[in-house]
Amino acid sequence: MLKIFIRSFVSSLVLLFTLTVAAVSKDVKAAFVYIGPTGDHGWTYQHDVGRKAVEAAGFKTTYVEGVPESADAERVLRQLANSGHDVIFTTSFGYMNPTNKVAKEFPNVKFEHATGYKREHPNVATYAARFYEGRAILGTIAGSMTKSNVIGYVASFPIPEVIRGINSFTLAAQKVNPNIKTKIVWAFTWYDPGKEAEAAKALIDQGADVIAQHTDSTAIVQIAEKAGVYAFGQASDMDKFAPKAVLTSVENNWGPYYVERVKAVANGTWSQKDTWHGIGDGMVVISDLDSAIPSNLKKKVKKLQSDLASGKVHAFTGPIYDQKGNLMVAEGKTADDGMLAGMMTYVKGVEGDIPK
Amino acid sequence: MIIDINFIGLIIASIMASAVPLILASCGELITERSGVLNLGVEGMMIIGAISGFALMTVTGSLIIAVLGAMIAGVLISTIFAFLTQTLITNHVATGLALTIFGIGISAMIGKNFVGIPGKEFPVLFEGLKDTIPLLSPILFGHSIVFYFAFALPFITSYFLKKTKIGLIVRAVGDSPESASNQGINVKFVRYACILYGGAMCGLAGAYLSMIYTPQWIENMTGGRGWIALALVVFSTWNPIKILIGAMIFGGLTIIQFHMQAIGVRIPVQFLTALPYIVTIIVLVVISRDSRKIRLSTPSSLGKSFHKDN
Repeated sequence: MLKIFIRSFVSSLVLLFTLTVAAVSKDVKAAFVYIGPTGDHGWTYQHDVGRKAVEAAGFKTTYVEGVPESADAERVLRQLANSGHDVIFTTSFGYMNPTNKVAKEFPNVKFEHATGYKREHPNVATYAARFYEGRAILGTIAGSMTKSNVIGYVASFPIPEVIRGINSFTLAAQKVNPNIKTKIVWAFTWYDPGKEAEAAKALIDQGADVIAQHTDSTAIVQIAEKAGVYAFGQASDMDKFAPKAVLTSVENNWGPYYVERVKAVANGTWSQKDTWHGIGDGMVVISDLDSAIPSNLKKKVKKLQSDLASGKVHAFTGPIYDQKGNLMVAEGKTADDGMLAGMMTYVKGVEGDIPK
Repeated sequence: MIIDINFIGLIIASIMASAVPLILASCGELITERSGVLNLGVEGMMIIGAISGFALMTVTGSLIIAVLGAMIAGVLISTIFAFLTQTLITNHVATGLALTIFGIGISAMIGKNFVGIPGKEFPVLFEGLKDTIPLLSPILFGHSIVFYFAFALPFITSYFLKKTKIGLIVRAVGDSPESASNQGINVKFVRYACILYGGAMCGLAGAYLSMIYTPQWIENMTGGRGWIALALVVFSTWNPIKILIGAMIFGGLTIIQFHMQAIGVRIPVQFLTALPYIVTIIVLVVISRDSRKIRLSTPSSLGKSFHKDN
């Protein structure tokens, strides 16, 4: 008798528990997987700003930071999928295969993978930002503001995303100033303030008077401020770190996309797609232009910004030649997304070789 | 590119600035190791110093409090290590590794609220003399007080170990704690003191990074410099002057490889990036190949626990 009583008591407890979980899971829960710490003030930090926008829109969110792009990623994803999350954002390129693998096991959970191209299952969507549009704007400003005609560029790793940025920047700078040279220095890190500072110093010592960066920390703009040269902020508005040096910043703005997608999951309207948004959709934001930029250049930049947004101007419009002088994009044509996604050659005017 | 003499002076000045944290942490660790204690927690103590310095600077606004606070934070965290290894006689290697992991974790936790805040300008000395002497001016003038201290430290450390009575006691404890103890030296006390001193120097090294070199806080900003400092101590065969040389070569090659990239030297970039590590080790091994001197300067009881009653 006691046994039966205990059994029924336990089973009713279990039932109660399941019911509670079921009731809670009606609210959509979103999870975010980060490659770095949210304290990097760069890539991961900006994704976390996006996550906070999702929270502000009334949804529950979870995040896991510092997840390596290895079997660990699969473990984390499986655990998140198992613990009642309805949509999981995986915010680094290296999560591509783990995301697709785990998505197959959890067909009811939606997966959103940043900067990848594999959508092997109907519950996997991909998204990325056209940062190269922002870099075309930086190039225009840099080409006009330089006096030494030497522009320094601190790069992170030789991947298409970074090469595309260098090319877009250089093409735009050449358009306003055919004499400029872009000097590239590879730091082989996404963020190590000390190393980035040393790379920027080397470029400045060699005559660069405008510095662009594709690494995450604010060390470079601070060095530029001290040396009295110009620089651009990366990922977030870095103006307060170097008020004189920073001419503008390219901000990664994931919030609107994240809110839209989580809402779609809540309404049941979510569907698989590949999103590549730029300035026009607000995923790439150009910060306020510094007062050091003369007003006619400001006008030019604003015009370019609205033309890029409307699609009237494409950052990669022919004729574009590579370093050896081979035609990459014919006159009047623009580079298609496939070419952009796999871009691994420098355009003419960039100095040096891509590290292999 | 025109190479003028001031350009070379500027490069040397940047090399020296990048060597500062390595010199500070290595010289601190050197004293710890000379007393026979191997503390692998250098990276952890540095990052604690970095966040403490930055946080105190932001909260109190006082640079002096921040720098001293970073050193005290280094002392506090190394007290944990000292208590574990000296009082509870735990294994030095395992405890040191744990200290690094602990330091990185707790600094990230404290640092959550300090991300994205610009640091304050740190005052420099002799700025007015910056353009007086060609080549030497950028090297000698216009640096922070920590910079000058770091370049004096190897010489002070060398003098301390060779010429002072306390230095002799530290070496005795590191070489043969049993004999030292029989001579009436309190081994545990000396080792405690050396560990805490090492912690203070590592804290200062961290504060230099987050307050002076690149004034900002981001997680993991020491970027493995603690490990390089540790390696410098060993490859310099526990000689502070060689630490100075090693730190300059390491910092120098890191900066020169960026210059070579910018000039467009056609050497694979991956090789250039590895160059500082390779050359620093080779040079230090070559200048330290006198085996008699190595035996003299290597603390013979390094990493061994000492119990008074055995």
